[in-house]
Amino acid sequence: MNAVANETAVQVQALSKHFGAVSAVRGVQFSVERGEIFGLVGPDGAGKTTTMRMLAGVLQPDAGSIRIDGVDVVQETEAAKLHLSYMPQRFGLYEDLTIAENIFFYAELFGIDRRQRVQRSKELLSAAGLIGFERRLAGQLSGGMKQKLGLVCALIHTPRVLLLDEPTTGVDPVSRRDFWAILYNLRETGVTILMATAYMDEAERCSRLALFHEGEIRYCDTPARLKAAMPGTLLAVTTSQPRGLRDLLKGQPGVLGVLLMGDRVHVRVDDAVRRIPEIQALLNARQWSDAQIAEAEPGIEDVFVALLGEQSA
Amino acid sequence: MNATTDAAVFAHGLTKRFGSFVAVDHLELSIARGEVMGFIGPNGAGKSTTIRMFCGLIPPSDGQATVAGFDVGTQSQAVREHIGYMSQKFSLYGDLTVLENLRFFGGIYRVPQSKLAERLTFALSMAGLQGREHALVATLAGGWKQRLALGCAILHRPPVLFLDEPTSGVEPQARRQFWDLIHQLAGEGVTILVSTHYMDEAEYCNRIALIDRGRLVAIGSPGELRNHGLGGVLLEVTAQPLGAARSALLNVPGIVEAAVFGDKLHVLVGPGGPDAQAISAQLLARGLQVGPIHAVTPSLEDVFVRLVSREQETREAA
Repeated sequence: MNAVANETAVQVQALSKHFGAVSAVRGVQFSVERGEIFGLVGPDGAGKTTTMRMLAGVLQPDAGSIRIDGVDVVQETEAAKLHLSYMPQRFGLYEDLTIAENIFFYAELFGIDRRQRVQRSKELLSAAGLIGFERRLAGQLSGGMKQKLGLVCALIHTPRVLLLDEPTTGVDPVSRRDFWAILYNLRETGVTILMATAYMDEAERCSRLALFHEGEIRYCDTPARLKAAMPGTLLAVTTSQPRGLRDLLKGQPGVLGVLLMGDRVHVRVDDAVRRIPEIQALLNARQWSDAQIAEAEPGIEDVFVALLGEQSA
Repeated sequence: MNATTDAAVFAHGLTKRFGSFVAVDHLELSIARGEVMGFIGPNGAGKSTTIRMFCGLIPPSDGQATVAGFDVGTQSQAVREHIGYMSQKFSLYGDLTVLENLRFFGGIYRVPQSKLAERLTFALSMAGLQGREHALVATLAGGWKQRLALGCAILHRPPVLFLDEPTSGVEPQARRQFWDLIHQLAGEGVTILVSTHYMDEAEYCNRIALIDRGRLVAIGSPGELRNHGLGGVLLEVTAQPLGAARSALLNVPGIVEAAVFGDKLHVLVGPGGPDAQAISAQLLARGLQVGPIHAVTPSLEDVFVRLVSREQETREAA
C-alpha cells in the first residue's frame, strides 16, 4: 500500500451549516487518510457542495471543526489554503488567456517563484497531456481539456489535499478516463483527494464513499463493503418480455425492488436461494422459456436506493 | 407519408457538413416504433447535429431521414408537430406554477382548446404532480421538475420523443421513477431517442447506437455490446504498486489496454494474449505484489472507451 499509511489528512467533526431556515449540512463527520480518493456521493441538494466549500475555507461553518493536513481550516483559513486546493464546479479559467498564461496567473496568486513555476508547470502539463498546447487560448479548449487545465492550475502550489466538486460533469467518457488516470497518479505521490459526485459510476472508482442524504452522511465505507451491506441480493433476469416480467414480479413475496432496464429486469430479493426457483416457476407457468436468471453485481446506485429506500423518492 | 420504411425514426446516408467539416457522416439508423434507443458518443461526435436534423431544425446536406413517416428535409413542419423534445436544462419557468408551465407549453405546441383540459390532466397524472398544480416550479425538487418537463414535452401526444441527457444530476430514486415513465410511454408505442454520454442512462435503453466523429461505430442491446463490444477478455488484476504494474502490463504482447479502476487494474487481453497465470508471472518477475486475478463483465463505459479509441487508431493509421 502507500508508503505513508494511517496518516490522517482530513478530519471533520460535527460540521453544520444552515442558510436561513434550510439546514444544508447537519452534524457531518468523517476522516480521510493520506492517499485516499474519498467520494462525497449524493443527489443535487444533499449537502455535498456546501461541505466542500467549508472544507475549502470559502464558507464559514455554523458549528464543527475541520483539520486539513493538521491545520485548522476554520481558525487558520489562510494557512490552510497553502495545504489544499479547491476546484469548484466552474473553475475560474480566463478564456482570453492562453494555457501558459492561466498557469502563470495561478502561480503568482500562490507566490510560486519563477524557477519552481517553470519546473512544476512542465511536470503537470506533461501529466495532463497538454504539452504542445501552451499557447492555445483557454476559451478554445474542449470540455475535457479545460478540466485538465483547471486541474493543472489547482495543483501548481503542490497542495497535499485536493478538493474536487463534480470535476467531470459534462465531460465525455474518454476524457473522463484520462482525468481519472491523472488522479490515480497524484494519489501515488501522496496527494489526498476528496471528490463530490452525483454520478454513481464515478463513485465506484473511489477508495471510500460517504453517502449524503438531506444534509447528513447516512453511510460511509468502501464501495465493496457498501455493496455487501445492501439488503438482499440483486438478480438480473434477461427476457424478450421485460415489461411483462416487471409487472409480473412487482409485489411477489420476497421481491424488494424491480427495475426495468433496456434489455433485462433487475430484481432485488430477500433470499436468492429461495426466490430464484420461485421466479423460475413463474416464468415456466407463463412459458417464457427464453428467460435467464443470474445474480448481478449491484452498482452503487442500487446500494444507494436500497439503503435509503423510498425516503429519497 | 414516406413509403421507404415503417420505422419511427429512419436515416439513410444522413450527412451534415458545415463548410469543410463533416459533422454527421453517412449515418444509417432505424428505430422501431416503441423502442427506446440510446444515442451515445463523446462531445462533438455529432449527436446534437443529428437530433437537430431529426427535429427538422436544420436540413441534411446529403442522404435522407424520416421521423414519424415525414421527411425531415421537405416536411419539417409536419415533423415538428409529431415530436417532443426535452433537454437537460428542462426549459421550465421557475416563477410560474406547475399548471401555468403546462398551459404555456400547451400553447406553444398548439394543443386545441377542446383537448387541453384532458391533456393537462393526463400530463399531471403521468408526472405524479396532482395536488401540486399551484406550486411554483422554482420550489420543486429536481425529480419533480424533470417529470414536469417530460409532461410538457408530451402534451401534444407526440409519437416520437427526443431526450437530451434527461437525468443528469437527479437523485437515484427519482431517476428510476423517470425511467419507469419512459418505459411506460414506450409500451404505449411512443418511440424514444435518448442522447447522453452517461452510461448509466444508456443501460435503460433497449438498444444503443454509439457514434464518434459523425459515424455509427456500433449498435446493439446493452448486453450485446457488453459481451461482444470489447473484442477481448477483461481481467481485474489486484497488484501493488498499481502504477508500476500498469506500465509493466502495457508492454506485454497481447495486452491491449490496462487502466486503473479504484484500487485495481482493468486489463483487456486480446485474442491469443496471456491468461491470468501468465500475467501473474509477469508481475511477480518484476518484483511486484500480485493478488487475485479474475475475469469481469465489462461495463458499457469500458466498451465505449475501447470502441472510440479503436476507431481513432484506425483513422490515424489510414
